[in-house]
Amino acid sequence: MTPLVQRVLSSKLLGALTSPHGVDRYLEQINPMWAATEVRAQVVEVVRETSGEHPVATVRLQPTTTWRGHRAGQYVQVGVEVPGARRTTRCFSISSAESGPGEEFTITVRAHAEGLVSKFLVHDAEPGLTVHLSQAEGAFTLSESPATPTNNRLLYITGGSGITPAMSHLRTLLRDGYDGRANRKVTFVHYARSPQDQIFAEELQRIAWADNDVSVHLRYGDDVFTEAALGRLVPDFRATDTWACGPAPMMDLVREAYGDSPRLRTEFFKLSTRPAGTESAEGDVTFARDGSTAANTGESLLEQAEARGLTPEFGCRMGICFSCVSRKTEGTVRNVLTGEESSLPDEEVRICVSAPVGDCVVDL
Amino acid sequence: MTTDTHTRMSDEQLEKFGEEMDAIRQRVIADLGEADASYIRGIVKKQRQLEVAGRALMYLPPAWPLAVASLSVSKILDNMEIGHNVMHGQYDWMGDPGLNSRMYEWDNVCPSSQWKYSHNYIHHTFTNVLGKDRDIGYGILRMDEDQKWHPYYLGNPVYAFLLMVFFEWGVAMHDLEVENLVAGKRSISENKALHAGIMKKVKKQALKDYLLFPALTGPLFPLTLAGNATANLVRNVWAFNIIFCGHFPAGVATFSEEECEDESRGHWYYRQLLGSANISGSKLLHLMSGNLSHQIEHHLFPDIPARRYPEIAEEVREICERYGIAYNTGPLHRQLGSVAKKICKMALPTRRSRATDPGTVVDHKLAA
Ligand SMILES: Cc1cc2nc3c(=O)[nH]c(=O)nc-3n(C[C@H](O)[C@H](O)[C@H](O)COP(=O)(O)OP(=O)(O)OC[C@H]3O[C@@H](n4cnc5c(N)ncnc54)[C@H](O)[C@@H]3O)c2cc1C
Ligand code: FES
Repeated sequence: MTPLVQRVLSSKLLGALTSPHGVDRYLEQINPMWAATEVRAQVVEVVRETSGEHPVATVRLQPTTTWRGHRAGQYVQVGVEVPGARRTTRCFSISSAESGPGEEFTITVRAHAEGLVSKFLVHDAEPGLTVHLSQAEGAFTLSESPATPTNNRLLYITGGSGITPAMSHLRTLLRDGYDGRANRKVTFVHYARSPQDQIFAEELQRIAWADNDVSVHLRYGDDVFTEAALGRLVPDFRATDTWACGPAPMMDLVREAYGDSPRLRTEFFKLSTRPAGTESAEGDVTFARDGSTAANTGESLLEQAEARGLTPEFGCRMGICFSCVSRKTEGTVRNVLTGEESSLPDEEVRICVSAPVGDCVVDL
Repeated sequence: MTTDTHTRMSDEQLEKFGEEMDAIRQRVIADLGEADASYIRGIVKKQRQLEVAGRALMYLPPAWPLAVASLSVSKILDNMEIGHNVMHGQYDWMGDPGLNSRMYEWDNVCPSSQWKYSHNYIHHTFTNVLGKDRDIGYGILRMDEDQKWHPYYLGNPVYAFLLMVFFEWGVAMHDLEVENLVAGKRSISENKALHAGIMKKVKKQALKDYLLFPALTGPLFPLTLAGNATANLVRNVWAFNIIFCGHFPAGVATFSEEECEDESRGHWYYRQLLGSANISGSKLLHLMSGNLSHQIEHHLFPDIPARRYPEIAEEVREICERYGIAYNTGPLHRQLGSVAKKICKMALPTRRSRATDPGTVVDHKLAA
């Protein structure tokens, strides 16, 4: 859609005429790719990256003109209608180079054995499928522009599917630098289970061989992350801008190696912090609609609810998407990310990142 | 109870009865899926098409009646089969923000958030409990013998007529509890926030129906304005009639607050059943009434997609027969006649002697 059409579509007049439903509720009836404010995308193609036990696929998406583009390293919330007509939303880092407004981009997904959305995207998504998107979010981004060569070294440490946001960085640097070069020294270290599980294998090979300032180090199986090995590659790594993303055990080692260095930036696909004080949890947790009360285990409200057989809605499980918001009617909860406590009655809380402190009643 | 024609049930029977109802609920909820999703999406599509057609046909003066009909049906579908049901959370399981009870706003002057409180919470929780359910007469009418008569109620039929014509406004004002303001049980300051919400919604609705769309038709302004007003009126009259048939035909029971204290799940279902009435008729009638023609099933299972009510109704009837519970249903004209009669009858003081003990529905002595 042209910018003019877009301006008309998001005008106040059209908003008033289509009140209370909004322009998008009419446009979607004609064409899912027409939107005034919402962001949707159509799958253009699905490419298998790896097969094996946990196959990975890259999904290329053509977003609506409402897509504002993304910065390398950001993620997007993707909502798909899984069988049974239930829209389910998960976060995925964007794996392609920075996109502009309305431009295509890709996500790269590993199918978890029992994963609702990941399995659907890898095995069932076909060109033409419509998915629902948020705008790009997240701050795991490049701190400098590829437009000017610098002498600042960049270091990436990734594991498994955690390669995706780093790949967006790398692709952006190579695309927007000069003469096919990143124009600064880039060290790219990646840990995969095996060569068969290596995502982007061919492209990484090409990048490794080309004269482009990027050195690629691929490690497999038992060759896991160690501080010593990193020290051999990048002696002053603690003073080097670093982006790390991978499974929890790897991330724990990386964080330990960096100590309190402010140069390390991390991205998590999954909440890895065990809520502090799990052992010393006190009080009872009541789920009012279910009518059950049990001793507080110290875990997040979402986990405690699931342990009792409830199935509250969730998306990211780490406080990003607000899918899990529920009303806490009584008691105090602690935000497991920030440690902040709040005890307002009738408060809407994200149950995936809220752990009860003492007695607590939630409308679930 | 105002009438004691209903079967008495022991606590045990009530419990069994409740379990049977719970079983229906569990089964249908487990079965929700694609068919329900494509049904409601199909209805939304039809509603949007009718709305756009209605607005467009206003440009063709000879097609005015058609335009009004289109827009009226669109508003009825929007408010009843879509709005009412979506706002009950019947489609929340789909995870579609466009069909979510927290986000849906209907084409009606009453803000959805306020309606959800007075309808989903007050009316559905305290269905037909005198003094609690403010839908009994909407605070304006006398619809039950146990509501104390007052000369004011001589105007009952007139108030009912006015409420019908201005139904959406009546529903919007409902939460302001004007009758409680007059009686001094509520202060004006309690209404401030509600008031702001209503005004915001009213402005938006009035702006599009009574200013923008008429203005867009240029010289046809008055005709379009009249058309839009007529469509709103048609919706008001229809919705009023369907809703009054749901709770006020003869034979529908009302309850006292004491009867419902600490009530069991079984009694809750039992009260919902006795407090509601169905309208029998064609598929079209069910659709246009938002399946509130299955008011009984709706009150038993308010959060189950309404398209399931006809299938559930067969089971509910069979269960009612087994327990000997009256199942109130009848064609539209009969239920309407019955409601009209009640409205007129309640205008006058009750002649029947109130000395006789009205009795309670549940006989606890049988439970032993
Ligand atoms: C910011 C962010 C960026 C992300 N980027 C990517 C990406 O680029 N590529 C990608 O493949 N995934 C990414 N994820 C993870 C993704 O959002 C989903 O969590 C994952 O795909 C599983 O979702 P599911 O619906 O398939 O599984 P669910 O149905 O939610 O879960 C099924 C089972 O898998 C387990 N599980 C869920 N998530 C994970 C996980 N991350 N690791 C291991 N086990 C898990 C659950 O505990 C559960 O037992 C990202 C997550 C976040 C928060
Ligand atoms: S699940 Fe995303 S915020 Fe809780």
